Amino acid sequence: MSVTTALSRGAVQQQPGWLARLFDYKPFLIVICLTPAIGLLLVFLTYPLGLGVWLAFTDTTIGRRGIYVGLENFQYLLTDPLWWNAVFYSVFYTAIATIGKFALGFWLAILLNNHFPFKSLLRAIVLLPWIVPTVLSALAFWWIYDPQFSIISYLLVDVLHIRTTNIDFLGSPWPARFSLIVANIWRGIPFVAISLLAGLQTISPSLYEAAMLDGATAWQRFRYITFPMMLPILAIVMTFSIIFTFTDFQLVYAITRGGPVNSTHLLATLAFQRGIAGGELGEGAAIAVSMIPFLVFATLFSYFGLARRKWQQGESND
Amino acid sequence: MTEAIAQSEKSSNVASSTPDTMEWDSRARRMVMIYLPLSCFVLILLFPFYWMAITAFKPNAELLNFKEHNPFWISSPTLAHIKHLLFNTAYPHWLMTTMSVAIGSTFLSLFASTLAAYAIERLRFRGSPYVGLGIYMAYLVPPSILFIPLATVVVQFGLFDSPLALILVYPTFLVPFCTWLLIGYFKSIPYELEECALVDGATRLQILRRITLPLAVPGLISAGIFSFTLSWNEFIYALAFIQSSANKTVPVAILTELVSGDVYQWGALMAGSLLGSLPVAIFYSLFVDYYVSSLTGAVKE
Repeated sequence: MSVTTALSRGAVQQQPGWLARLFDYKPFLIVICLTPAIGLLLVFLTYPLGLGVWLAFTDTTIGRRGIYVGLENFQYLLTDPLWWNAVFYSVFYTAIATIGKFALGFWLAILLNNHFPFKSLLRAIVLLPWIVPTVLSALAFWWIYDPQFSIISYLLVDVLHIRTTNIDFLGSPWPARFSLIVANIWRGIPFVAISLLAGLQTISPSLYEAAMLDGATAWQRFRYITFPMMLPILAIVMTFSIIFTFTDFQLVYAITRGGPVNSTHLLATLAFQRGIAGGELGEGAAIAVSMIPFLVFATLFSYFGLARRKWQQGESND
Repeated sequence: MTEAIAQSEKSSNVASSTPDTMEWDSRARRMVMIYLPLSCFVLILLFPFYWMAITAFKPNAELLNFKEHNPFWISSPTLAHIKHLLFNTAYPHWLMTTMSVAIGSTFLSLFASTLAAYAIERLRFRGSPYVGLGIYMAYLVPPSILFIPLATVVVQFGLFDSPLALILVYPTFLVPFCTWLLIGYFKSIPYELEECALVDGATRLQILRRITLPLAVPGLISAGIFSFTLSWNEFIYALAFIQSSANKTVPVAILTELVSGDVYQWGALMAGSLLGSLPVAIFYSLFVDYYVSSLTGAVKE
């Protein structure tokens, strides 16, 4: 197609000056068009990515250029219980939060796929937690988790009389860990639900009609039509969700800053604490780099594990 | 689509018409299966915002006294927290900084990604799908991995503690998203229109300006509001690259400047959060459909 257009253009064109002709010269135009985007990405994404890997092998601190120290940073990390703790919590946090988000989000998407009044208004409301700055909603959660004036404790103690003492949400390791996961699920549901809703709307109703003619129950329709048809989109949404949950920073930093006694550090917050706050850029970079294998693994797992159906069905990737 | 299902359900009811299937669509069941869980979801998803808003207008006495005051309501609303925020802190300044950073990076990334998407989708060259894929992959690199080396890069460029650093760095996660969104939009514009223009002797840039861009306006709006929201909400870069109180963005400033000492001023904190969320919430309410379409469009791509 492009060949024919190029020919027809060459035949018609005769008037413009050299500048216009230069901008109409396709290779030149392509380079010009791609320069801003590629330039920005190379300077502020690819270069720092490489630099980060290099920093991880040096002992750079803030204000001092480091020298190459080989694997020393990583060897240190392997003996560091805090790093192991962060690895454990990152994996745990990602696993539980992802399961929660997808179970609830899928349910919400199916609910929203029904026909009822004020549907678009409801859809708009549902997306709200995702739109509002995470740190600010995290602050609201911090206040909800307050040891003395938590509204949840108030409900359980003074209204429902289920408990006699306030819940100490953020004061001890395990409750703090789960409190953060709940906040993360709360924030993640809208994105999952709205994306999956879009997927649900692309499933042809005739499939359900055919299944119903064959006498399929609601569960069977979900299991054998909805779920398989949703797998490709599930794979993509899940890849994104896992990557951004694993590397989450804001929620933890805003609510607990890694406390109590460093039990809720994710790798990202630990990297920040060591790298920026502590000034040990090399070590912080090593922690950040140690996230990469997990990310690659999670991406491959969720993408190929779930998206397999897509190429089995022989769909084009376009 | 749901109507179609309902209809087919009805027709299957007619076909079998046992009392068992008649019951299926009954009002009570619909209530329990749909409206009840739905209202639970909405309640839980909205509660933190309600709590934020109500705390922002509560006087301190009510705030910390659940015994005498019903915590779910305000008996004597006050603007004291908001007044404190606006006149005793640098909050207006933070808002301005955030606004200019968000607008600056939005325009920068829209400019870069429009051109890139046009080149990839319309100028079609050997390897253009791979360039598109490369840009898409950039979206999968999370900021948490990049912020430490980026901090050194920002220092090298002499941009540390300057909002300009944020304007330049935010496009790293905005450009991939916008480019993919716009590629999708450009795809939906018939290529024949451009061919006609080419035949009439228009240059490529004229085509981009006069034909493709006007047709892609909804896509540009989607990409723009999305970029604005994402840069307004960005936290980790702003935390790592900005040191002085005056240059901080709202999310960072609230967390680092307002949280001081052991006694948290919850009223002021929540008022700050409310005010900081308001611009994006208003923006969002104006462009809901664009948000939903861009979010779902990007996922489908």
